[in-house]
Amino acid sequence: MLDLLRFGSQGWGDEMAWGAAMTVAVAVLAYAIGLVLGSLTAAAKLAGNAPVRALAGTYTTVVRGVPALLVIWLLFFGGSGLVTWVAAAFGYGGRVELSAFAVGVVAVGIVSGAYAAEVIRGAVQAVPRGQVEAAKALGMHTGLRLRRVIVPQALRYALPGLGNVWQMTLKDTSLVSVVTLAELMRQAFIASGSTRQPFVFYLTAALVYMALTTASEAGFRLLERRAERGVRRAVG
Amino acid sequence: MDFDLIARSLPQLLSGAGLTLQLVGLSLVIGLALALLVALGRLSTLKPVAALTGAYVFLFRSTPLLVQIFLIYYGLGQFAAVRESFLWPLLREPYWCAVIALALNTAAYTGEIIRGGIRSVPFGQVEAARALGMGGALLYRRIILPQAFRQALPAYGNEVIQMVQATSLASTITLMELTGVARAIASRTFQPVEVFVIAGAIYLALNFVVTQAVRLGERRLGREAAR
Repeated sequence: MLDLLRFGSQGWGDEMAWGAAMTVAVAVLAYAIGLVLGSLTAAAKLAGNAPVRALAGTYTTVVRGVPALLVIWLLFFGGSGLVTWVAAAFGYGGRVELSAFAVGVVAVGIVSGAYAAEVIRGAVQAVPRGQVEAAKALGMHTGLRLRRVIVPQALRYALPGLGNVWQMTLKDTSLVSVVTLAELMRQAFIASGSTRQPFVFYLTAALVYMALTTASEAGFRLLERRAERGVRRAVG
Repeated sequence: MDFDLIARSLPQLLSGAGLTLQLVGLSLVIGLALALLVALGRLSTLKPVAALTGAYVFLFRSTPLLVQIFLIYYGLGQFAAVRESFLWPLLREPYWCAVIALALNTAAYTGEIIRGGIRSVPFGQVEAARALGMGGALLYRRIILPQAFRQALPAYGNEVIQMVQATSLASTITLMELTGVARAIASRTFQPVEVFVIAGAIYLALNFVVTQAVRLGERRLGREAAR
């Protein structure tokens, strides 16, 4: 059975490894998009005017309320049309096709951003008001207040939640296999089809996901411990 | 917006939503029963039982649902022993594979929610019940579980909403539930926006019903607690 997972032309080991690398690449890029979108959306919710707040609220409610798979399909069927339309507005006449990679990264990133927004908003609100008032009293302007007072503290509050969003994003990348991007699930699907040993390959995929989630959980725990190194606690 | 297309595809989308509801309902019922066992297992003083249920929770929470569905639907059929067993009539149907995968998945998440609820019951309650001579099943039924469920309800509401969305993965094993129908119409008409807007709206409506039901449940249970 393990022959099937050999590297080289005889086995599927290298294909599965490339698939795992693609999964990580999609997850990291989607998470980065999610963090940017999430921060912007949180800022819009906390400090925007009414229309901006409404827009941000609609984004988080809708995207967190529909399946990630639906977002992927929408971008798969509608993404190229949208990009072509935007390109036409800038004077480009041809049709723009989105690659499966782009569709996957953007779709999972959009979903990731909606969840990250709520985490970041909660974290910013958890920074005590007195901190902000004190910073104002010292004459700090908005940018400095954000950089020196709010972000360092909010980041600590946000870390556990952002860790959960990462785990979700990592697992959501498996859905991108439906648009035939050659990530872990897609490779397992192809290998299963040609060897007729689906159990072996899906189990391998499951073990890889397990290793990835376990390793990243340990990573986030380290980060959390580092972020809390200056905090006194009543217990432990 | 092509309203003609919307009018034509609405009946298909609604029948897809019907299948979505069926999958949600079935897997939630089975999943909740399993979750209770998982929670009790995790809290068990018997080391092997606690370890086994702990491994189960870890397994299902650390892998994507899609892998679980594919392992059950495509993977199990690889073994002749499975194909000859009495379970095969079930495991060869995508419908039941989806229900089994969804139920096992939600049982792992819900088990942790219930475990949290049980742990939140103050020990004084248990002591008082024991002083009145209650023990075992009666203690759980009358004292621990009612309070645990009340504590767990908001988190369980979120899990139900996650489950509504999770059923969309059933479309990957040929089931034409809401997402599957929307995808099929989009690939046929190449007018994705209309179809996905309607499908999204149906999902949002389902979520709204769930959140209202949970809020109602919380208010009822809260009133009982205040009495």
